[in-house]
Amino acid sequence: MLELRGATYRYAGYARPVLRDVDLALRDGEIVGLVGANDSGKSTICLVASGLAPLSIGGELRGEVRIDGRPTAGLAVHDLAQRVVLGFQNPATQRSGVAATVFEEVALGPMNLGLPVAETLARARRALATLRIEDLADRDPARLSGGQGQLVAIASLLAMGPRHILLDEPTAQLDPEGTNLVAAALRDLAATGAALLIVEHKTDLLDGLCDRVAVVDRGHVVQDGSAAATLEDPRLEGWGVEPPARVRLARALAARGLPRPAELGWPA
Amino acid sequence: MSGAPVRGDAGTAITDVAASPAAGAPAIELERLVHVYPEGTRALAGVDLRVAGGEAVAIVGQNGSGKSTLVRHLNGLLRPTEGIVRLGGRDTSGERVARLAALVGLAFQDPDRQIFAGRVRAEVAFGPRNLGVRGAALDRAVADALAAVGLGEAAEANPYDLGFSRRKLLGIASVLAMRTPIVILDEPTTGQDLRGAARVQEIVRGLRAEGRTVIAVSHDMRFVAETFGRIVVMRGGRIALDGTPEEVFAEAAWPLLASTSLEPPLAARAGARLGLGSTPTETSLVTALLARG
Repeated sequence: MLELRGATYRYAGYARPVLRDVDLALRDGEIVGLVGANDSGKSTICLVASGLAPLSIGGELRGEVRIDGRPTAGLAVHDLAQRVVLGFQNPATQRSGVAATVFEEVALGPMNLGLPVAETLARARRALATLRIEDLADRDPARLSGGQGQLVAIASLLAMGPRHILLDEPTAQLDPEGTNLVAAALRDLAATGAALLIVEHKTDLLDGLCDRVAVVDRGHVVQDGSAAATLEDPRLEGWGVEPPARVRLARALAARGLPRPAELGWPA
Repeated sequence: MSGAPVRGDAGTAITDVAASPAAGAPAIELERLVHVYPEGTRALAGVDLRVAGGEAVAIVGQNGSGKSTLVRHLNGLLRPTEGIVRLGGRDTSGERVARLAALVGLAFQDPDRQIFAGRVRAEVAFGPRNLGVRGAALDRAVADALAAVGLGEAAEANPYDLGFSRRKLLGIASVLAMRTPIVILDEPTTGQDLRGAARVQEIVRGLRAEGRTVIAVSHDMRFVAETFGRIVVMRGGRIALDGTPEEVFAEAAWPLLASTSLEPPLAARAGARLGLGSTPTETSLVTALLARG
């Protein structure tokens, strides 16, 4: 379980905090979606929850981040890395830059955790297989398409076997197949008891994947509820979030006095 | 649907694509284009494509299907391993990238590969300045481009103080400012929220209204169906399908789409389910339902 409690965070060099009094809990085995307009604070929540802010990038945090009930303040970066991992929005930001092949890139995480070689190799193989990118194993990680790079970045996280995983737009550059593979991998992780947070604009994806969805607006969590309750919330567009296609279509029909989708005979 | 139709909603006139465009030549013409990367990946395996001036074409397909590789041939960032790239009827093989930059603007998938200036205004001014634009005309080009993407207020900011989505819009503004007759947007809606995605849609419509040729690579099927008159589906480095949104998202094409891991928009699936024919957009679905009564 990973919790933010009353988290207020200000980036170094900025006068005002970008997060104000954020409460958010990721329970074990739960997939939580996080939506909001651009620059509303979603990525900052990921940085704070991962401990990178303020530990690595500075700034000032008031309130608490707790993992399994214990405050993370005072933990070293390598201690945190064993408990929580963060997948960046841009896979290029995450790429180590030191690995010559995709396989090495994916093996780097478990290797840095000090795991035995056999376990490291097995984890890297398993992560590549989960996302069906075994054929990229020998490729140069710096010379991949945008979507392939994103899958490699996610495989690198999976290989670390994290208990808490934060993903900032993990499928932004993926085709539907890649998106579905990532979703299946995340469901499997949650089934093993991991807690997941996914920042996404694709509400169609969150609709079928998440237990809960929270909304951030101007640095504050303004809604936190079941995926259906949040994604059907009439305030969603006002928060700058596109509702899922099924919700939009139902509203478009209602606006023209047409029957609901289910009454027309097509399943939601 | 096959065989490279030449259409242009805004007319087929070539808008100053090259200094002396061959009369009636398409804005973009690819002939048996093959690209093999140095490590051996055959990203394009023989692409034939003709795009008329003023046409808006979306290129869709699986990750690694060759979409980005294809568009990077249009401004000379990549050169064909085999085959020909013609702009306005002229073979580009002898053209320098600097010259092609005046014809084709490309906004990258990853804005950080594009951005290098310390101020937003300087970043956007770089392209037109290189094309020889100066003074008030330069200021106007920069201001218009920033206004189009909604970054007018951020002109003095450092690009890296902007979030990813706004850096992406900045990359698009830098291309708009060059006022090239051909504009290429690689995954323009990635990372955009509701307003950002609507803005990108407005930008494409604006470019179409000006008669400029727009090519976008995208996984966003709703954006593609609502915004583009023509959709090219790539699979394994080749064009698998080429037609209007109605044609590409028609039920008959679904098996082919599935083989390239694409899903038709919900409106298209609902329309087929209700026997309304091909309704690729929510508007077309509602219209078809109203017409049925």
